[in-house]
Amino acid sequence: MTRVSMRVDGVTYTDEVEPRTLLVHHLREALGKVGTVVGCDTSNCGACTVHLDGQAVKSCTVLAVQADGAEVTTIEGVAAPDGSLHPVQKAFHEMHGLQCGYCTPGMIMASIDLLKENPNPSDTEVREGIEGNLCRCTGYQNIVRAVQQAAGELSGSAATPETTGAQA
Amino acid sequence: MIPAPFEYVRPTTVEEAVQAVAEGGEDVKIMAGGQSLIPVMRLRLAAPETIVDLGRVAEMRGVRDEGDVLVIGAMTTHAEVITDPLIAQHARLIAEATETVADRQTRRRGTFGGALAHADPAGDLAAVALALDAEMVIAGPGGRRTVPASEFFVDYLTTSLDEGEILVEIRVPKLSGDWGVRYEKFNRVAQAWSIVAVAAAVRREDGHIAEARIGLTNMGPTPLRASATEAALAGAPATADAVAAAARSAAEGTSPSSDLNAQADYREHLVQVLTRRAVTAAAGL
Repeated sequence: MTRVSMRVDGVTYTDEVEPRTLLVHHLREALGKVGTVVGCDTSNCGACTVHLDGQAVKSCTVLAVQADGAEVTTIEGVAAPDGSLHPVQKAFHEMHGLQCGYCTPGMIMASIDLLKENPNPSDTEVREGIEGNLCRCTGYQNIVRAVQQAAGELSGSAATPETTGAQA
Repeated sequence: MIPAPFEYVRPTTVEEAVQAVAEGGEDVKIMAGGQSLIPVMRLRLAAPETIVDLGRVAEMRGVRDEGDVLVIGAMTTHAEVITDPLIAQHARLIAEATETVADRQTRRRGTFGGALAHADPAGDLAAVALALDAEMVIAGPGGRRTVPASEFFVDYLTTSLDEGEILVEIRVPKLSGDWGVRYEKFNRVAQAWSIVAVAAAVRREDGHIAEARIGLTNMGPTPLRASATEAALAGAPATADAVAAAARSAAEGTSPSSDLNAQADYREHLVQVLTRRAVTAAAGL
């Protein structure tokens, strides 16, 4: 067993883990962060995406011991402390960017990472930005719309906080 | 799926890493970004006794300028390679190919050196390293040695790294003169692995192609140079016809496999088309 300490959604946790424990299993089973889901188990689907030191990673392809000392943000940590949704969460809701919702936590975490790097992505750039995330319910049409709506809100809110939902 | 149990060691220097590998027992695996290794361990295709994680070896990360050569630390992530200003300026072909590797999340963890040491024939960076005449700096119990890319890739998933050795950094000669580059890749949308890809660097001089370097991905168990096409292009006029004619010999000397994605003869066809496209774009035609 190896002692690891990491800050997850703002709270520091110190635990003994087996080195073979995947970060996603540690988050779900030891820390109760079940908002992050296991989809494919083959590093393809991106449903388990979290932010590790601010960067989107597939938590099924990171060992918990590798996250020792790191800052982890899961889907459970992106809303404001008062419970109001992150603009990307809100946009997925408003634009119907989901059906069954299983891919949604990963989609949202990948999209937040994308928008940090590219605040105003084109349709193609959104599709490339979330190429590591699979949705099997439907096409990606509304997901792309949601990311673009969130982009509008995020860049708009920097200038004029009262503007919501503006298309970029 | 969960990997089989293993001992985990996390050195912070190359020296410590070499020592950890030496002391790791019969079956040691060196982990760079883990983006290929963790998946095969989850599937229990690999069940090493010891993992030596290079994630905290700071000296293996980053890019530095050594005059005529760029030195890329083996632990530099794909995401870092894509945004590195030195690579953008002196080795843009690497950045262009790296942008096609896997997906955003995987590029955050996966590393340049890890991909080269893994030596998957469908991986994109080996052909680029070969085309750019890169050299691999390897550390082992006996000290360091340097191996040219042309001798580094030995076979399917096999390099000239000996047991106990670690790929530390990659030396990439800067391209000097009027070079254009292009990475042309053919893959299934749902899988970023190349079915075939072509890395081309072309130097133009007075309306002619003075020199072309062409690396081929997935046209055999190792990356290959399209030597016949390179020879045909040297001194050729920089025209679409001359490029098309030269590209027809791109499959010479290759030995592509047949698999679910493509038969060998289809790969031989693809490589000619992609070579024509890559050289045409790199030559600015």
